[in-house]
Amino acid sequence: MSEPTDLVRIEDVEKDYRRGGEEIPVLAGVNMTIPQGDFLALMGPSGSGKSTLLNIIGGLDRPTNGAIYVAGERVDTLSDRELAAWRARHIGFVFQFYNLMPTLTAEKNVDLPLLLTPLSRSERQKHVAAALAVTGLSHRAKHFPRQMSGGEQQRVGIARAIVTDPTLLLCDEPTGDLDRKSGDEILSLLQALNRDHGKTIVMVTHDPHASHRATRTLHLNKGLLEDHPME
Amino acid sequence: MRIHWLNWLRQVVLVTGFSLRTIPERKGSVAASVFGIAGVVAVFVGVLSIDQGFRQALIGSASANIAMVLRAGADTEMTSGLGREDVRVVANAPGLARGTNGPQASPELFVIINLPKRSTGTDANVAFRGVEPPAFEVHRQLHILHGRNFRRGHNELIVGRGAAAQFAGLDVGSTLEIGRNHWEIVGLFEANGGMEESEIWTDAAVLQPAYRRGTSYQSVLLTLQTPEAFDAGKDFLTSDPRLNVKVVRQADYFAEQSQVMTRLILGLGISITSLMGVGAVFGALNTMYTAVSARAREMATLRALGFGGAAVMLSVLLESLALSWAGGALGGGLAYLAFDGYRTATLNFQSFSQVAFAFTVTPSLLVEGVLWASVMGFIGGLFPALRAMRLPIATALRAS
Repeated sequence: MSEPTDLVRIEDVEKDYRRGGEEIPVLAGVNMTIPQGDFLALMGPSGSGKSTLLNIIGGLDRPTNGAIYVAGERVDTLSDRELAAWRARHIGFVFQFYNLMPTLTAEKNVDLPLLLTPLSRSERQKHVAAALAVTGLSHRAKHFPRQMSGGEQQRVGIARAIVTDPTLLLCDEPTGDLDRKSGDEILSLLQALNRDHGKTIVMVTHDPHASHRATRTLHLNKGLLEDHPME
Repeated sequence: MRIHWLNWLRQVVLVTGFSLRTIPERKGSVAASVFGIAGVVAVFVGVLSIDQGFRQALIGSASANIAMVLRAGADTEMTSGLGREDVRVVANAPGLARGTNGPQASPELFVIINLPKRSTGTDANVAFRGVEPPAFEVHRQLHILHGRNFRRGHNELIVGRGAAAQFAGLDVGSTLEIGRNHWEIVGLFEANGGMEESEIWTDAAVLQPAYRRGTSYQSVLLTLQTPEAFDAGKDFLTSDPRLNVKVVRQADYFAEQSQVMTRLILGLGISITSLMGVGAVFGALNTMYTAVSARAREMATLRALGFGGAAVMLSVLLESLALSWAGGALGGGLAYLAFDGYRTATLNFQSFSQVAFAFTVTPSLLVEGVLWASVMGFIGGLFPALRAMRLPIATALRAS
């Protein structure tokens, strides 16, 4: 039994990819827990499996073996349709390249996850305004992504990720496409979300500078968590 | 359950909306696809409008209460022959409508003459019909447009407007020399776009000696009091030992007459448009594969946010269908503008005479064109849609 405060529990997770008839192991039996309110940085060299692990936690990919529990619910056995609905309810994603819809304004981008909820238009507008206020982008609500800097676009991405008040915020290299100054601002925002709003965050990064902003860092190497990571 | 479906439909509408908004960014491939489908539909509608026009010319004038009497075994007027005594017996059949000349029974003589076509100057066959007064009651839709009707016993004739448009020397007031006879053209008639408009008419009593036909005719047209009187009249005539005839409804006769041409046009039209359709489907496939490829990351993002894979798939299919409908509407519109009402003539394989007709783009033909476009759009969108649904989200999220 895991501790009641554990939000995520990962048990013996393995993941193999098949390439040209050859099985390539990416995760080789990962066990870990993520407590509620944690800000965890996942680090490791390219190909270590950190993004794969993040995708599996977020229900974007499935493990070859093992089990994933989020908020007490086993998610790796859900059907594709159930998994999509589960993602909408529980997960907020922040992507390296922001992944905004270029034809939608900032507020419409932030509104996207809410369209899957039964909220009314006015309720959605309130949520969108609040999320944009938290990320400091209220004044850019009517702007399109192409009219914004990379840092601003990533703030829109974060606003979109938090607008449904998800259980878990998953960030895949959130500063990987930004300059140092913008990256620092994004990391400060994530820290504030964790510290002031109690958001549980898992962030994949290869940048030690970014990992220092997290409350905890785990290292993956060749598909396994390292006991004694080299900082 | 209802909320689930509403939510799903909402997703489909939203994702389709996103797709359609990106069309300006892909206008090159989208235009190629739309114009490709438009071309196929324009040809499809254009070719089938020939069939529509031809059939309308043949069948348009047919009436449900007109029966046609031919010699038994004859498939066409060309191969039929009835004597004056036959005509007299036929006119006594029960159930015939009565006109000013007694029973509405119109004995008709049918010969083929050669005249030069206006367009090429080469000779082509024209139907030359000899009729008696009841003909103008049986062929009720016939009206003199210009000039007057022929006088009985005179070498005068009236010309259908289709024949006048297609053949040289058929203007009212001119004289036509056929063999050793001279005929004065005294009138131009129309017949509601029907078969008669491709013919030349005169007095049967004048035409019979001119072509050494004695007192024979080819057919007798009967106006029935009601369409239901057909069976009784047919039984009466076919069981009379003095007669050796067959009785058919005029509509059935014309329908059979048009079959060869219809089959030819449909075969040709469907073959051509199927071949073109294959090309258009590849165009649509290319457009939608490009769209899926260009929008792989967007689609994966939507799915990561919780939008369903089936909604994404359906949105790709709907976009493809929307493009095909645009192409179908464009092609149908072009076909309508280019072909509808265009008058020409072709050979009726049964009578070996020219039938004048107008290309006719009907609403149902336009609907068929859009349906055909939908088939192309569906096939062109299906495989890209399946690819969109099967894209691994994690991989597609990092697509450039």
